[in-house]
Amino acid sequence: MTHAQAGHNVPLAQEVFPIAYQRGPSGMGPRNARRPRGASSPMRPVAWLIGVMGELLVTAGLVLGLFVVWQLWWTDVEGARAQNEIIAEMDWGSAPTGPATATENHGPPPVMKEPPEDGTLFAQMYIPRFGDDYVKPVAEGTDKATVLDTIGIGHYNGTAMPGDLGNFAVAAHRTTYGKPFNQIAELKNGDALVVRTEKTWYVYKVTESKIVYPQNVEVIAPVPGVTSDQPMPELTDRFITLTSCHPMFSATQRYIVHGELEYWSPVGDGKPKELVG
Amino acid sequence: MYALLWRAIPGPGWFKFLVCVVLIFGVVAVCFTEFFPWLSEYMPFNDTTVGA
Repeated sequence: MTHAQAGHNVPLAQEVFPIAYQRGPSGMGPRNARRPRGASSPMRPVAWLIGVMGELLVTAGLVLGLFVVWQLWWTDVEGARAQNEIIAEMDWGSAPTGPATATENHGPPPVMKEPPEDGTLFAQMYIPRFGDDYVKPVAEGTDKATVLDTIGIGHYNGTAMPGDLGNFAVAAHRTTYGKPFNQIAELKNGDALVVRTEKTWYVYKVTESKIVYPQNVEVIAPVPGVTSDQPMPELTDRFITLTSCHPMFSATQRYIVHGELEYWSPVGDGKPKELVG
Repeated sequence: MYALLWRAIPGPGWFKFLVCVVLIFGVVAVCFTEFFPWLSEYMPFNDTTVGA
């Protein structure tokens, strides 16, 4: 057999696999040549739509994650800074310290009028159990946007003012937004809750801590525990009530701390002994 | 979607990347200052008060 004869009988590779030897304009070879490019295929818009939906879902996931970061971390950073600034701006002057501590007055204390407008700052709260330097501003109202998220501790409208007969009821965040009542569950009976208005110290002592449901409004009644369908007895005691959320990061229940006024003192007399040493 | 954005930004790769970083920062800033504070008003887990 000659070479020329073999050429006739054995087919060339190009003849057997013609498509493999076709080169498209991109020079990518056989795979590229098999898949048609452009919008001529009916699958392209569907695939594109699925791709865009995937991107949107991934974006939504990232935004939700970012919201958690903002809620749990950034509101705290901002809240703590804002509350410290408010305390500094109140500029009531520091009470004289020195060896003398405030005299303990047990008679009826001076009571300021309730501010007519929500958001009005009128007091500062010191809770030694939360740290020696713990002091937070107290404003009128319990609206989240104007008081609880931005100022700190909010006074329930219509409840007693500091030192007054009845119940001085306040609320604050336990987590996020500077979390003024973060350690509320650590309060024990006998712990001091010191409220300062511009002229007066009011020293309350914790008498009870409990967990209730949000609808149990009798905890902020003038006499705590007296529900609206019961007759209100004559007011003889001066209570304080703190409310915050429970469990942490939830809103199913409320953590409640009750206290009673122990004594009061003019600010000029010095600091209450609970805040010294 | 993001591929379209990438192609829409002119310039070399490092410039596109820089523009994207600035855009992401802007979106995060708007979220933190405007969107999230608004959204949190409707979240139930921040309630600390008793009553309505």
